[in-house]
Amino acid sequence: MPDQLLFAIEVTLNGLMAGVLYALVALGFVLIFKASGIFNYAQGVMALFAALTLVGIMEGQVPFSHLINAIFGTDIHHFGWHVPALLAILMTMAVMVLFAWLVQRFIFRHLVNQEPIILFMATIGLAYFLEGVGDLMWGSDIKTLDIGLPQGASLWVEDNTAWLGGEGFFGFFIDRLDIAATIVAIILVAVLIAFSQYTKQGRALRAVADDHQAALSVGISLNFIWVLVWSIAGFVALVAGIMWGAKSGVQFSLSLIALKALPVLMLGGFTSIPGAIVGGLIIGVGEKLFEFFIGPMVGGATENWFAYVLALLFLVFRPQGLFGEKIIERV
Amino acid sequence: MKLTTLTFAAAVAASPALADLVIPDLSYRTGPYAAGGIPFSDGYQDYFTLLNERDGGIGGVPVRVIECETGYNTEKGVECYEATKGEGALVYQPLSTGITYQLIPKATADGIPIHTLGYGRTSAANGAIFRNVFNYPANYWDAASVAVKYLMQENDGSIEGKDIALVYHNSAYGKEPIRTLEELSKKHGFNLNTLAVDHPGQEQKSQWLQIRRERPDYVLMWGWGVMNQVAIQEAANIRYPMENFIGNWWAGAEHDVTPAGMAANGYKSLNMNAVEDMPVFAEIQATVIDAGKNAGDGSNLGSVLYTRGMYAAMLTAEAIRKAQEIHGVDDITPQQMRDGMEALEITDARMEELGMPGVGPVFSVSCEDHGGSGKGLVQQWNAEAKTWEVLTDFIEPDEEIIAPLVKADSEAFAAENNITAGCS
Repeated sequence: MPDQLLFAIEVTLNGLMAGVLYALVALGFVLIFKASGIFNYAQGVMALFAALTLVGIMEGQVPFSHLINAIFGTDIHHFGWHVPALLAILMTMAVMVLFAWLVQRFIFRHLVNQEPIILFMATIGLAYFLEGVGDLMWGSDIKTLDIGLPQGASLWVEDNTAWLGGEGFFGFFIDRLDIAATIVAIILVAVLIAFSQYTKQGRALRAVADDHQAALSVGISLNFIWVLVWSIAGFVALVAGIMWGAKSGVQFSLSLIALKALPVLMLGGFTSIPGAIVGGLIIGVGEKLFEFFIGPMVGGATENWFAYVLALLFLVFRPQGLFGEKIIERV
Repeated sequence: MKLTTLTFAAAVAASPALADLVIPDLSYRTGPYAAGGIPFSDGYQDYFTLLNERDGGIGGVPVRVIECETGYNTEKGVECYEATKGEGALVYQPLSTGITYQLIPKATADGIPIHTLGYGRTSAANGAIFRNVFNYPANYWDAASVAVKYLMQENDGSIEGKDIALVYHNSAYGKEPIRTLEELSKKHGFNLNTLAVDHPGQEQKSQWLQIRRERPDYVLMWGWGVMNQVAIQEAANIRYPMENFIGNWWAGAEHDVTPAGMAANGYKSLNMNAVEDMPVFAEIQATVIDAGKNAGDGSNLGSVLYTRGMYAAMLTAEAIRKAQEIHGVDDITPQQMRDGMEALEITDARMEELGMPGVGPVFSVSCEDHGGSGKGLVQQWNAEAKTWEVLTDFIEPDEEIIAPLVKADSEAFAAENNITAGCS
C-alpha cells in the first residue's frame, strides 16, 4: 500500500480514538440534558473537580489546607497516607454523589419550572464556583495522575503493521491509553444502557426524560431522579477526568475539554447516548483527517475550528443532530 | 491565594497613600496557565518582601506590591493595568506576550515602563523606538538563535541538511521565533517545519503523528501551560528521542516534565536563569517563609519559575536603586524608574553580593539596547533525581541575524505609529 494511504489510515484510527475521548465528555452533557433539559456548562469543570479530588485522596492531601493554615496558622498539607487507586475512585464517586445532592438541594430545587436559559445561567455560575472551590480545596499546581493506566505506543500494533508499508512506514501508532479509554467507554455505555433499561431507577429516569409531568403523576420523585442523574454525570466526569488527566497531568485546563464536547453534541444531538458516541467518532476522525490533508496548506492548527464547521454542516441538514429527537410544536 | 495577602491588600487599599515604591504584579493564580503563573509570582513577591523585611525596602523606601489576577487573559490584563496605574505604579511585568502587546501603547502614553523578561515584543529591544519597554536579559529571537547555536555545537559546527521541527503555541507568543528560525535556516542550511498547536494544547495527536512520520532530527518547542506537558508525553509516546527535543525557557519548568514521569528523562530546555541552590533562598526561607510572609505556600522556593520571578524582582530592585542613585531621590517616579532601567548594569560581583551568584548573564542596558545580552543556557531533565542539570554556559545569540530583524521590525512599528527614533 502507498505510504500516504497508510498514514491516512493511521490518522483515521487515531481520530477514532480521540473521538472516544471527546464522547466521554459529551456523555455527561447528554445525561443531564436528557433527564432535566439543562445544558450543563459545568460538565468540563466537573471532570476537573473529580480528577482533582481523586488525586487529592490518593495522595492523602488535606483539603482546604491553604485556607486552614491561613486561618489557624498551622502548617498541614498531607495526612501522611496514600490511598489505593480503586478505593480512591470509590471515595471520589461518593464525593460526586454528595456534590450532586448539594447541587440539587441548593440550586436546581429552587429553579424548577424556570426558563432553560435561567437553568443554563445557573450552570455557568456553578462552573466558576466549582473551579474556585477546586482551587481552594486542592491547590492550583499540576498533579500527576497515576492509577496504572498504560501509556505510549502499542508495540504489538506497530510490529504487526510495519510490513504494510515501505521503509518510511513504522507501523500504525496507537496509544495504549486511547485503547484503554475505548474499552472503558464501551463498558460505560453498556452499563448506562443496561441501567436505563433494566433497573427501576433507570426506567424512572427514562420516564422523567420523556415527560416530567407524567412521571410526577405516577409518583416518581423528580428530586431523586435529578440527584441520580447528576451523580451519574459526575461519574462520567470522573472517567473523562482520569483519561484526560493521565495524558497531561491534572490541571485547570482540564475544564476546557468541554469545548471539545460541544461540536460532538451539535452533531450527535443533545438527547442521545449513541449520538454522543457516534458524534465523537465523526468529529475525531473528521478533524484529524482535515488536519492531515488540508492543515499543512493553511498553516495547521485547524482542529479546534474545523470540529465546529463539521458540526454546523450537519446542523444545516439535521438541526436536531444525528440521533436527536425531532421536536414538532403545533401552533 | 493566601488570606493574609488578601487582608494585606485590603488594608493597604484602605490606608492613605504613603511614600512607597509601587510594583504591580500582574499574576495568574487561576485558570489553565496557573501552574506557571504561581511560582513566578511567588518568587517575584517574596524577593520584594525579603527586601522590605531585611533592608526596610530599597533605599529606605518600602516596596508595595499590588497583585492583580489576569488569568493570562489579555482583557483582564489591561483591566489590571488600568486599575493599578493610578496607585503610582513604577513598572509593569505583565508575564504575557498578549498583554504586553496591548500595554505597549498605553504604558508609553502614560510614561510607565514595562519590563518583559524573556517574552513580549522582541523588537522592543530597540530602545531608541520603544522608549518605555525593556525586554532584558533576553528575548524570543535570542532564544531561537541560542537553540540553533546549541545544535550547531552538538553537530560539530554544522546542521546543514538537518530537519528541525518547531512545535508552537498558536498565539502571538508561539509565533515570535518563526521569522528568526526562517532566517537561521537560510544561513545554516537546515530545513524548518512549523507545527501549530491551538490553545490550550490538550490535544496534539495530529502534530505528533506528523513528527513520527517525518522523523525530524530535532524538535524545538515554544509552548506554555498544558501544551508543554502534553507535548512531552506525546513525544514519549512516539518514542521521539528526548535529548533531541528542546523547549524554550517557558517550556522548561519542573511541572512541565513531572506528569510524564520517567518518560520525560533527557528532555532539554533553554533557560535564562541558573537553576542551582543560592544563598538568597536561605534568606527568603528564614526571613519570608518561616515568618509566614510568603506570597504562596512556600513550596515553590528554588524551582525554575520561582527563581525566574525572583530574578525579575531583583532586576527591578536594581533598576530602582540605579534610579535613586541617578536622581538623588528615594521615592522615585515612573519616569525616573525608566531612567534607572536604561542605566542598569548587572555584574558578577553584584549578583554575588545579592546572594544569587551567576543567576543570570552579565549585561548592561543602554538607550539603544533594551534587550540585554540575549544569552541563554541549555538544561536537561534528570527524571530520576527530579532535577534540571545545566549542560552549557550561557550561549551568545547570533546578533548578525537578530540585529537586522530587530531594526526592521522596530522601524516598521515606528513608521506605523509616527514615532521618531532617538536617544537624546
